[in-house]
Amino acid sequence: MSAPAAQAATAANPAQAAPTRAAAGDARRAPAVVLDSVGKRFGAGAPVLDGVNATIRQGEFVALLGASGCGKSTLLNIIAGLDTPTAGALEVPADGAAFMFQDSALFPWRSARGNIELALKLRGLDKSQRRERADELLDLVHLGHAADKRPHELSGGMRQRVALARSLAQEKPLLLMDEPFAALDAITRDLLHDELERVWRETGRTIIFVTHNVREAVRLGQRVLLLSSRPGRVVAEWDVSEAHRTNAGAAGELTAAITARLREEIRRHA
Amino acid sequence: MPETALPQTALPETALPQTITAPALKSGTPEELRSLEAGLDSLQSDAGVRRGIEWSRLLLPLGALVVLVLAWQLYVSLGFRRRDLVPGPLDVFGSLGTLWDEGKIQEAVLTSLQRGLIGFAISVAVATPIGLLLAQAKPLRRAFGPLISGLQVLPSVAWVPAAIIWFGLTDATVFFVVLMGAIPSIINGLIAGVDQIPPQYRRVGHVLGASRLEMALHVVLPAALPGYVAGLKQGWAFSWRSLMAAEIIVIGGTLGFGLGSLLEQGRQLADMGMVMSAILTILFVGIAVELLVFAPVEKRLLRGRGLLAGSTR
Repeated sequence: MSAPAAQAATAANPAQAAPTRAAAGDARRAPAVVLDSVGKRFGAGAPVLDGVNATIRQGEFVALLGASGCGKSTLLNIIAGLDTPTAGALEVPADGAAFMFQDSALFPWRSARGNIELALKLRGLDKSQRRERADELLDLVHLGHAADKRPHELSGGMRQRVALARSLAQEKPLLLMDEPFAALDAITRDLLHDELERVWRETGRTIIFVTHNVREAVRLGQRVLLLSSRPGRVVAEWDVSEAHRTNAGAAGELTAAITARLREEIRRHA
Repeated sequence: MPETALPQTALPETALPQTITAPALKSGTPEELRSLEAGLDSLQSDAGVRRGIEWSRLLLPLGALVVLVLAWQLYVSLGFRRRDLVPGPLDVFGSLGTLWDEGKIQEAVLTSLQRGLIGFAISVAVATPIGLLLAQAKPLRRAFGPLISGLQVLPSVAWVPAAIIWFGLTDATVFFVVLMGAIPSIINGLIAGVDQIPPQYRRVGHVLGASRLEMALHVVLPAALPGYVAGLKQGWAFSWRSLMAAEIIVIGGTLGFGLGSLLEQGRQLADMGMVMSAILTILFVGIAVELLVFAPVEKRLLRGRGLLAGSTR
């Protein structure tokens, strides 16, 4: 198995591990999030995150992949400002980030539209604008017909679409997603992948998408970052090209390669 | 996740059909996607709830009442006890009718209800800000929490002697006892409601950029509402009980004539019909307030949040 030193070397130069190079256009875009040796430890325990380095550029869709318990969510919380790092530095957009949770986290006492309107209200929009904008956002996620339903009247997939619309209502250029589709059935998940990709193309958001599902990471991300476990650190990254999106064989190959690397990472703890 | 990756690693790459990985699925046109989505949406959402009068909700309690009254009449008819000590339902309805004709029962109900409602309203106004403050500020909660819980256990009748010494035989005495009964339980209900808010809600509020005040108004209060309403309900019960206790003990002076006073008068006159009439009226007012005020509010609240499914309400 790889020695810690080798892991560190990979982290310092992630491009080495990448089988393909980043598209030329990406390098010219301004970075949206820069993580510089970010570390996190809770109390006196072993660090959860240690020396996380990554740069996410504007408009990029990055999948953050790792086994359960590797600190993916902690890292996302740090980027969102819900948690503070104990080491290192990070650069995030000054106006914060929109966040989408694994469970929709909609307020049960508000309708679908009401939940989105609250996000708009907390952004300072006045009443007439809120209504109009909320309906636009619901249409964007194809839920115009369910605007007056309460969360418990919606299916899991519909709730996540409302949550997506709510996070878009925040109008933040950066959208952080913490395994938002993990609890959904396969058909709904495939559908939401298409939906999310469409919304991403239409709105030009920068998205960091945390998942433990390799196929999901390859399906959605332009780039896949692999986070090691205990401590969490970016140990490998892959670019997902257009070929991977159109050719099932190429996608399968990349998925297999990433899975092998992820398993190797998990076996280190056996 | 092994389950997602197993097929690809187990089979040689050339054996993979071009359709089994996810990317093949997204080849649908936007229209196909939309109709697939619409189909899933209608398959996965609940059908509409049926409306209309639920007869069992009306008939079952009435049936239970009839059974109880019949059992009471049967017991009295068997003649184990003297009729003036244990009157039957007919005797009691008779004296209830007399009291009604004299206008006594109306006066008593009106006086007591008015006192109860005013006392309850003052309690809500006092308890709500205190409850919110205690729920949000840790040092205050630690300092005063046990005292509030203790006050809830202390029977409010215990305050009657003190109240008589302080305020004499006036309405102030009655209100003081009612407030000491209702305020602690409303505070406790509100605190319990706030305690049971899932932490996720506050995180969402934070992510959405809520200020402290906005968090309290748009997240904490609505999320705590079911607990708060339960506290109000208990607060009303405590007000009503405390009021009856106070009215039984405190009679005369400038005090109006309430249901408790009626009860005490019946005892002094050794008129069991009057005593039973007063007890039944007190019970009836309690049931009426529950059915007409709290039950609809609670039901609406729970239904709106999807918490009613599977309950026996």
